[in-house]
Amino acid sequence: MPQWLTDGEYRTLSAACARLIPADDTPGAVEAGAAEYIDGLLGAFTVDPPRIWAGGPTSGRHGGAAGFGRFLELGRLEDLAWRMRIEGSDGRPEREFNGPVTGWQERYRRGLAALGSDFPEVDGAEQDERLRSAGDFTDLLYEHCCEAMYGAPEYGGNRHGMGWDAIGYAGDVQPRGWTDTEVSSP
Amino acid sequence: MTADAVVVGSGPGGAAAAEVLVRAGWTVTIVEKGRNHLVDPAQPEHLLEHFSNDEVKFFHRHFLGPDPLTEPRTFRAGPADGDHSLVGEVNSIPSTVGGGGVHADGKVPRFREEDFSLRSAFGPVEGASVEDWPLSYDELEPYYAEAERLIGVAGDGSANPFAAWRSGPYPMPPGAPMYGATLSARAASRLGLHPYAAPTAANSIPYDGRPACNNCGFCAFFGCPIHAKGDPVAMLQRALASGRAELLAETFAARIVTRGRRATGVEVVAADGTTRVIGARAVVVAGGAVETPRLLMLSGFDHPELGRNLMVHFQTIAFGVMDHDLHAERGRAVTHVHDDAVVVDEAARQAARQAGLPWVRGGLVEHGGPALPVAEAKRYPWGPKHKSLMEASPMRKRLWAFTMQGEDLAQPTNRVDLDPSVRDARGFPVARLTYAPHRHELVASDHHRRALVEMFAEMGAVGVGVVTTPAVPGELGWEGPSSAAPSSHHVMGTTRMGTDPRTSVVDAFGRLHGLDNVVVVDSSVFVTSAGYGPTLTLVALALRAASALAGSSDALQGGAVE
Repeated sequence: MPQWLTDGEYRTLSAACARLIPADDTPGAVEAGAAEYIDGLLGAFTVDPPRIWAGGPTSGRHGGAAGFGRFLELGRLEDLAWRMRIEGSDGRPEREFNGPVTGWQERYRRGLAALGSDFPEVDGAEQDERLRSAGDFTDLLYEHCCEAMYGAPEYGGNRHGMGWDAIGYAGDVQPRGWTDTEVSSP
Repeated sequence: MTADAVVVGSGPGGAAAAEVLVRAGWTVTIVEKGRNHLVDPAQPEHLLEHFSNDEVKFFHRHFLGPDPLTEPRTFRAGPADGDHSLVGEVNSIPSTVGGGGVHADGKVPRFREEDFSLRSAFGPVEGASVEDWPLSYDELEPYYAEAERLIGVAGDGSANPFAAWRSGPYPMPPGAPMYGATLSARAASRLGLHPYAAPTAANSIPYDGRPACNNCGFCAFFGCPIHAKGDPVAMLQRALASGRAELLAETFAARIVTRGRRATGVEVVAADGTTRVIGARAVVVAGGAVETPRLLMLSGFDHPELGRNLMVHFQTIAFGVMDHDLHAERGRAVTHVHDDAVVVDEAARQAARQAGLPWVRGGLVEHGGPALPVAEAKRYPWGPKHKSLMEASPMRKRLWAFTMQGEDLAQPTNRVDLDPSVRDARGFPVARLTYAPHRHELVASDHHRRALVEMFAEMGAVGVGVVTTPAVPGELGWEGPSSAAPSSHHVMGTTRMGTDPRTSVVDAFGRLHGLDNVVVVDSSVFVTSAGYGPTLTLVALALRAASALAGSSDALQGGAVE
């Protein structure tokens, strides 16, 4: 069940993510949870504290406590900034001090609609063509796919660290860090 | 409420000044517009646990601020661009308790003797405003030494043949060299260059109650999860532990309140959005070289040189792709540097002469590599090749870079002023940067990049490229007018220091010409940019300025607002 998108939008989103970072012998964006990551970001303010900044100082993956899962509170202006970025200015004067701002929710709603409700069903070449003509929206979607693929799993992507495993990346290494020998040797 | 001093900004300059003032018995209120993710003000021995090895939070979600939606800046290369060509993130240094010290990877070199007397040593350059500083390296040396002790700097005082004289050794030995740096330093040495372990404000051994760095690699752009970086953590902790300092985060300094030639307090917008005045006998401004002139302009302070002579470092970045993994995600981001391009040798003189310039100077060259996979992924195209590129990783695992922090000559036309239309979320006009490089920077970059490319040939790189920031039209890295905005976080020079009140904004101790109890303690006061990161020099200047302020009975004559 998506948190913010409709089921239909979620299906289109998943199909688009599968074209941007496809699976091969290792997982792609869909397997890593890119759609969950993006849906969670669009619905960040449906939970409190919002899922914007994971906590610290360690995740527990290399020792220490599992602190990333305790998301941090936003300050007053940070709350404003992230609501502007996600929800848009929505006609509210306190968000339009430099004019209207289109939020990610609206960009996704429109962008996914423009890909077409039949997007999951058409063939790959047609999907790529539609993604190319979607321009700015595809750029935004791809950035979020990259974050979902290689960012910390607490944000909803990179399931079980599969994005990091695929590229041989250790991820967050505190509190273990690296020994001097590991730093200086080939 | 009233304090002996209100310090605006909690970065390295503000923290250094606060430590000196509380040591002298002053009460200090530090106001910081950003969040506090660093230290518990009630128990300053307790450092917060908000920092983490989290690329999404720090690098892609503006965790350290400023958020470009609520606190934008604007940029233009010149008046031909209209009011501005870019609105958003422009030369932003973190807006958070600890300021730029939090995100820096802590490379803290000193300037050299000649950096303080560029005009005397080399002469003027047409179109630029090359001047001597009103103080010498010898006068500043004791404060450099104190800054290194207070922050905690690891380095080898004998390793750099071009270094200025030192009164003593570094407080700590250097940390572990990164593997890639061992290769690039050897290549540099074979070519006759002089690489050395970069002076670094990260503990190599336990120091001052904080642990040794454990090489996690999340250094540049990240707050340190174990607080092994001492800048400006240690100074803030000591100031707060005195009981005479208080720290007000999410508190924006909107205006310095004045009466005649004296400040009487600072009007602030508090975390809850309400406005009030904090009375002060002296005001110490440490907002950085963009926010400091903005505050002075918002306060109605008028000086023809205010905001002018904005300098950044003109960065020349040579990158080379190797045929094997350099694992630059391990270690302190940069562990080796060399100063050869700072020295004006015969080859540099010849390059200058050919270009019709009297001289050119480059800057410190940092040896380092990239560490962040999300940033890497965004550089590759989408589609079936994405994953094979990420696995081969020519832009991360196998990439190495030499970054020259090129000296940027001051020009009166490069400046900070208030944007005519763009506002921050609190309703105040934002800073606008008008900046274009002088031909000196372009010629110096062109000359010194050859040595950077030669080092890659010597290392056996399979591909080499060079970009600059700001980008130059027609060259690699140019992506239209917005790439004319420099991305360096080294920003200097907008309240220039000098003895003549007509041509400088502050005196040799940072005191504003015209407001006797207002002192600037950040890189705004720099007369020249040198080819070195500004942090240690601005901390040394802040220690000196605050010592003078604390020793000056005159400073305490101002009446506080009741």
